Amino acid sequence: MKFGVVVFPGSNCDHDAWHAASRVAGHEAEFLWHGDRDLKSADCVILPGGFSYGDYLRCGAIAKFSPIMDAVKRHAEAGGLVLGICNGFQILTECGLLPGALVRNRGLKFICKPVRLRVETADSPFTCAYRRGQEVVIPIAHGEGCYVADERTLDELEAEDRVAFRYVENPNGSQRDIAGILNRQRNVLGMMPHPERAVEALLGSSDGLGVFDSLAHCFAQRTR
Amino acid sequence: MSEITPEIVAAHQLTPDEYQRIVSILGREPNLTELGIFSVMWSEHCSYKSSRVHLKKLPTRGRYVVQGPGENAGIVTLGHDAEGNEWCVAFKIESHNHPSFIEPFQGAATGVGGILRDIFTMGARPIAVMDALRFGPLDDEKTGARNRRILDGVVHGIAHYGNCFGVPTVGGETMFEPSYSGNPLVNVFALGIARRDRIFYGRACGVGNPVIYVGAKTGRDGIHGATMASGEFTEESRQKRPNVQVGDPFMEKLLLEACLEAMQTGAVAGIQDMGAAGLTCSTCEMGSRAGTGIEIDLAFVPQREEGMTPYEIMLSESQERMLLVAHQGREQEVLGIFRKWGLDARIIGHVTGDGMMRVKNHGQVVAEIPARPLADEAPVYRRPWTKPLREAPLEAPPFASADLAADLVTLAGSQDLCNKRWIWEQYDYMVRTNTVAGPGADAAILRIKETGTMIAMALDGNGRYCYLDPREGARLIVAECARNLACAGAEPVGATNNLNFGNPERPEIMAQIVEAIEGMAEACEFFETPITGGNVSLYNETLGEAIFPTPVFGLVGVMPLLEPPGPGFRAAGRAIYLIGGIGEADETRMGGTQYAKWVLRQLWGLPPRLDMELEKRVHSAVREMVRAGAAESAHDVSDGGLAWCLAECSFPHGLGAQVELESDLRPELLLFHEGPSRVVVSTAKPEQVEEIAARHGAPALRIGTTGGAELAVANRGRELLRVRVEALKRHWAEALERWLHAGEEIHV
Repeated sequence: MKFGVVVFPGSNCDHDAWHAASRVAGHEAEFLWHGDRDLKSADCVILPGGFSYGDYLRCGAIAKFSPIMDAVKRHAEAGGLVLGICNGFQILTECGLLPGALVRNRGLKFICKPVRLRVETADSPFTCAYRRGQEVVIPIAHGEGCYVADERTLDELEAEDRVAFRYVENPNGSQRDIAGILNRQRNVLGMMPHPERAVEALLGSSDGLGVFDSLAHCFAQRTR
Repeated sequence: MSEITPEIVAAHQLTPDEYQRIVSILGREPNLTELGIFSVMWSEHCSYKSSRVHLKKLPTRGRYVVQGPGENAGIVTLGHDAEGNEWCVAFKIESHNHPSFIEPFQGAATGVGGILRDIFTMGARPIAVMDALRFGPLDDEKTGARNRRILDGVVHGIAHYGNCFGVPTVGGETMFEPSYSGNPLVNVFALGIARRDRIFYGRACGVGNPVIYVGAKTGRDGIHGATMASGEFTEESRQKRPNVQVGDPFMEKLLLEACLEAMQTGAVAGIQDMGAAGLTCSTCEMGSRAGTGIEIDLAFVPQREEGMTPYEIMLSESQERMLLVAHQGREQEVLGIFRKWGLDARIIGHVTGDGMMRVKNHGQVVAEIPARPLADEAPVYRRPWTKPLREAPLEAPPFASADLAADLVTLAGSQDLCNKRWIWEQYDYMVRTNTVAGPGADAAILRIKETGTMIAMALDGNGRYCYLDPREGARLIVAECARNLACAGAEPVGATNNLNFGNPERPEIMAQIVEAIEGMAEACEFFETPITGGNVSLYNETLGEAIFPTPVFGLVGVMPLLEPPGPGFRAAGRAIYLIGGIGEADETRMGGTQYAKWVLRQLWGLPPRLDMELEKRVHSAVREMVRAGAAESAHDVSDGGLAWCLAECSFPHGLGAQVELESDLRPELLLFHEGPSRVVVSTAKPEQVEEIAARHGAPALRIGTTGGAELAVANRGRELLRVRVEALKRHWAEALERWLHAGEEIHV
């Protein structure tokens, strides 16, 4: 399977995502320039962490107008896989591929630390290698990771089993401890924690590898 | 052009003698623009005129050193990858002390930005930052609120810039002392990685080559920042806030990517960032290094504001700007790359063969100065020195502990020793996925993807030791950094320093500078840690009160890929060894310890005594124990002494220890003296530890066993202290926030 990692000018986890997908998980991976409209036949597009266009206005607010995002939207609408991590999650909510929004952390400070997450559903291409209810340790690193949505949306997300990850100890004030959500078709995942930072035991945790393993497994089944 | 009066010369912080020198270099009177150019280049900050004669004493050569001082950063080699490419790291420390006092957030942010540019201007991608921070006490009745505000702003500024840029802040140290109340220190240590054959230098090579300006537009911010950093603070300093620049980390990130990409094309001949003294410094230094001249026309310089004078453009310290020289005929390739990254890039001039820095404005010459004398022939002062300033008594006051366990609790909750998590959790310390050991460890450890090896970095300073004895203090700092590296299993390869002192025109301050440099030089020679570059920050005084002499030392080491043991005890029932032995101590040498500071609230005597031979034997022994997997944990004894070291060993996994000592030292000294050359190791392989220690000639005292929920220490069978690890850990973990909110409680 092939990963495409979008490079916005201010992306800074693009190399990390590329490294995790290719060097560690062993898949093909290529960078996709924000000014292009070509996904280079990637099966899964990763919107990596960082500060897309500086994000001085609002995280991801400008990224949604970039040429590559047109292609990403079409890819998603056609059932293609899209994984938004951190800033990528913010961009997905800004461009409407996922509901809700990410606002400043409750404590108003940037937080970087490994956190415990609970896998809330194994029924998705991103989480099928995990067990439902499994606890994993994956780092967060964000200033604006507090997930908010109206009550109806939150109810809907839960009713439709679209909460992928929850914080065991909520670090940022996210509503209902939400750390990651799926779209209705379950082919788009946005999450604030960084699975690409948790793929090597030497760096503290390899729990994030499950996301890449899930994608590979699911992709193999799809194409079988 | 208005005439240059003695008042104008004085306002530029130039002496009459310096002015005469300018006249003789030019063969005429300078105009105001030229005077401004000389004033920044000859400022203490840019010219090192007070320290230069002494900096020469520092060793700069070593078998790993690729580039020593004089460039934008020093470079050491890491060795080759599987394909035969040689990889190097470029690193340096810079200070941004003065701006951080005036405007903590932007001051610290642009401090990070400045040093990052120094790294990537060499062609190296920054992969790590560490910070040495010094503030006034957070609970001081008069200055506490301001000190808290400065700390908050500085930390926020570092986080803002580093996080957005995408470089991990992997460690550092934060200490508190009244002398930093009016003069906080913000020293940033940055490191990047580059292939040796792709290293770039700040040289304007090739007559006729175009000179390209790239990055942010030039504005009126930061004019005379370098001269500001070369003067003492007075009540008027606050009026200098417009001298502090405003940082844009996103712009810097664009510059990084665009510059690295442009360098790959082979179309770039030389490159230098515009930091202190902006366009002035970059043009004359690039010309001087290459033995060429540069001619630019300011009309082509992108400007943020209208009506800027040549003086203002040349002296502006607007951030996120680079100057590069492209090979003639290939400028379009370079400009194309900058356009791709959405950056403003303009050809503003060309390299000449006449050695002059010639500045035109719309074709009319506004400054014409020989580049080399301007860049390299600044006046050098051998300022007089006497005995180092110290007002502390030599003799120890009488002291006796009523409760040693309570003393340990006091240390755990002290501003210096408490957990700094509140600070470093605001930094992205993992981005780029190389961080094997991050903040809170003895040394930061990074995996190097390119070579399949690891590096370790340590950063240390101790103003208290250096105030009591600058020479011994500086030696101790070098020893401690090298010890930190040994605990990680790393071997030192190169170092950088940041020398923070008061006003060098005061002979007793100059004496601190001289002795500290000589002490550092001696230790660097001995521990084979050549200095490849650094920074000097003088005039750290406010209203006549100087900071404690604070040389800060940053050390880089190399090591094979291994899982480092870390400081914490990992399993119960393990033997605990004190490598290096109990060490020597007396009352006089207790005066600079954390115990004296926080428990006794006094300062006296001398710093601990360092036996460099023993220290080195301990390093080689511990390094081998770590690499051989004999040490399950390794943590050096430093601030807070043995008892505090044991407490820190017990925190990570909440695992206590029973320690039995055999010593004639009185309990306060035994537990809390800070004698160097000691490392606490826990092991499942005691025979191997003893064998390695013996082979290296390092004492290895078996002092106890890990396990239990308590840390208990006895001497000759008499219990000295017993504390519950969890309670002590909680107190330590929550202390900084308690101090930070100290002021708010009053209002509740």
